[in-house]
Amino acid sequence: MTSAVTRELSAELQGFRAVQRLAYECAEAVAARLEPGITEREAARMQRAWLCERGVRDWFHLPFAWFGDRTAFVNFRVPLQFFPTGRRLEPGMPFILDMAPVYDGYTADIGYSGSLGINPVQDRLLADLEAHRELILREVRERRPLREIYEDVDRLMVRQGYANRHRAYPFGVIAHKVDRVRQRRWSPHVFGFGTQSLKGLASDALHGHREGWSPLWSPYRFSDHPPRPGLWAVEPHLGFRGTGAKFEEILVVTDSTDPEESAFWLDDDLPHVRRWAEEK
Amino acid sequence: MTVPVTLQGARERRVRTGGVELCVAELGDPGQPTVVLVHGYPDSKEVWSEVAPRLADRFHVVLYDVRGHGRSTAPKPLRGGFTLEKLTDDFLAVADAVSPDRPVHVVGHDWGSVQSWEFATVKRTEGRIASFTSMSGPSLDHLGHWINKRLKRPTPRRVGQLLGQGAKSWYVYALHTPVLPELAWRGPLGKRWPRMLERFEQVPGGTYPTSSLPTDAAHGAWLYRDNVRARLRHPRTDAYAHAPVQLITPLGDAFLSERLYDELESWVPQLTRRTLPAKHWIPRTRPDQLVDWITEFVTSVEGGRPDGVTASGKYADRFGGQLILVTGAGSGIGRATAYAFAEAGARVVAVDRDAEAAARTAQMSRLIGAPEAWAETVDVSDEQAMEKLAEKVATEYGVVDVLVNNAGIGLSGSFFDTTPEDWKKVLDVNLWGVIHGCRLFGRQMAERGQGGHIVNTASAAAYQPSKALPAYSTSKAAVLMLSECLRAELADQGIGVTAICPGFVNTNITSTARFAGVDAEEEKRRQKKTARLYGLRNYPPEKVADAILRAVVRGDAVVPVTPEARGAYLMSRFTPKALRRIARLEPPL
Repeated sequence: MTSAVTRELSAELQGFRAVQRLAYECAEAVAARLEPGITEREAARMQRAWLCERGVRDWFHLPFAWFGDRTAFVNFRVPLQFFPTGRRLEPGMPFILDMAPVYDGYTADIGYSGSLGINPVQDRLLADLEAHRELILREVRERRPLREIYEDVDRLMVRQGYANRHRAYPFGVIAHKVDRVRQRRWSPHVFGFGTQSLKGLASDALHGHREGWSPLWSPYRFSDHPPRPGLWAVEPHLGFRGTGAKFEEILVVTDSTDPEESAFWLDDDLPHVRRWAEEK
Repeated sequence: MTVPVTLQGARERRVRTGGVELCVAELGDPGQPTVVLVHGYPDSKEVWSEVAPRLADRFHVVLYDVRGHGRSTAPKPLRGGFTLEKLTDDFLAVADAVSPDRPVHVVGHDWGSVQSWEFATVKRTEGRIASFTSMSGPSLDHLGHWINKRLKRPTPRRVGQLLGQGAKSWYVYALHTPVLPELAWRGPLGKRWPRMLERFEQVPGGTYPTSSLPTDAAHGAWLYRDNVRARLRHPRTDAYAHAPVQLITPLGDAFLSERLYDELESWVPQLTRRTLPAKHWIPRTRPDQLVDWITEFVTSVEGGRPDGVTASGKYADRFGGQLILVTGAGSGIGRATAYAFAEAGARVVAVDRDAEAAARTAQMSRLIGAPEAWAETVDVSDEQAMEKLAEKVATEYGVVDVLVNNAGIGLSGSFFDTTPEDWKKVLDVNLWGVIHGCRLFGRQMAERGQGGHIVNTASAAAYQPSKALPAYSTSKAAVLMLSECLRAELADQGIGVTAICPGFVNTNITSTARFAGVDAEEEKRRQKKTARLYGLRNYPPEKVADAILRAVVRGDAVVPVTPEARGAYLMSRFTPKALRRIARLEPPL
């Protein structure tokens, strides 16, 4: 796998990488402060406060926190159920922190999985996510249609014995495009999503609709096209009987003909990647 | 496995206490933790003759004849000689004689359990009891409170519970009549008792009951007369257990309702519940299961085993420690079933022809609660391989408690497109796989004679005819009928058989199914299309697995899963003509 660290990144990509690192730092800081009895709402608020202190003013979406079987979206029927609840954290419980801050106009969207104490099942899930990260990068470099890649990820999950939980996300997406956002003095959000980012996504969707592509990477026909250059926040989410695990990070897709350059992960120095390296 | 019949080789001694002489037998290494087995009524310590030798490998096993029973002497006079206080004196005398320095683990059945509840809840035995395993014998104090509570606030449900237990306790009233019970036991009842046990309680014959039965039963009547009325009228209010308790409840007990233990948690801080489908005399009918549970419980209390993943499943009390074998466990319903059993704490053997998938199932099973899990790579249609598997499982893992014959393949296409090879293949897996499983593992279960359960995965196609699935439906209909016949044959041996009939379940059977009469490309397209349709239906295999566990617990015969399967099942019984019309529809492929 190419390492983005050694790559000369353009100023723009460096901006994205900085905010992604900031977000992961936030996740690690908040995860370290989680203790039994904390509610999802409190955990979400901690993430928000941590990032606001460091200058984040706008969001692609506000921070989420899921505890226990909510990490696998058990019995989720309506999107409102994604929002943090009063569920309290207990020892051994898995949790996922998911946030998408906008800093200096650069967007990040990350997901951080962990557990309070030891959770062997989630450890296993996290270890098995590595294959998905490799699979996605490989097939994007092969310029396979996104819908097919989605199906291959699905097949790998079934083989591993897991359920596909990103199907529960709006439009069942495994990834979505992120872009630069103009900084405004006032940045409102609706249903947890920043209006500026939604505007960007909507305009992408409109262009895409005309040109035959979509900013949403879904299992549906509108994703039946080769990867579109840009930044994709990829979030495979595994579920196994009430335990869920995901990672989310930015995949850079370019129009370069060199396979190595045509797609790469924005940053290889992330908690889950370090974790896999340590296990080896 | 050798099956010991009597307590041969036991070291015997006599312990004098309170005017009686108790006959105490010991087995196993005295250096090991001591397990004291207390028998019930009308029994003597020989009721444990199947359990004790099996426990003796790991523990110092002590059995004694309760005063007035077996070869212990009876108090004089009998009246007032059997109070729980005196029985506690006896227990302490035995415990002090066999294990003066270390607390003992008590196991009681029937009246042995009733008196052990007294041991486990009175002050003066504190520190002498390490753990208590109770079977079929409630504490009289708890029972007194249980009755009072229901009398004071008689809701319809509580009155029902009260009347239910009241009817089951008929023999208690009978034993309170003077003289007559003694006459009956020393006369005709004593003579007929062994046959009655065999007939109504399925207790295997042989050397049990012993020849002392008439005297045991006559003396033992005083257990009831001395204690029941007194304790039920004035139950102790401080009857809290001072040791961990394992409660084993046989669900088919003719004398005790399982509702008796509903509020037990308030009396016992550390309670482990176990249930098993059996009748009252479980030390005779289910010795292997008892030995497993007692061993596990005593070891965990002694701290011998590090606490791993605990079983959290809904049916952990029923399947904990049992051996489950699932075929086709590499994917779909089989895999979900293996996981569901693993979550309930069962030991799982995952069989699949795909080695990697089976290994994966076994690995994940261990993570979610199975104390042990193994993967076996076998094609169920291969007779020799199945025989080898059965042999290996029996020698290495033990006799299977629940067998799930789940492996199956799909085959679609019109009857005339289906070649003889297609037929052979589908019947080999779907029917012969089940036959081999039932034949080999069912025989092991039957020979062990301690019950078990067989689950065969049929399909809604077993009763829903369809022009698209002639071969598949035929094979599944055969499985359904096989299950029904087998159920009839094995009923007397306590082995249940269930046929599960799922409808459209979202598994990968669709992407491996064969479509007869079309070329490879068209087959691929149809597989994809069906997979899509099943995906849209999106009925998860986990729900089928839940239905399987529930069916085993309840002992159901035929279980349709999914609304369409239940609907078709109803139609097959009430409006078969409509079902035949549906069978003529062209599938949307």
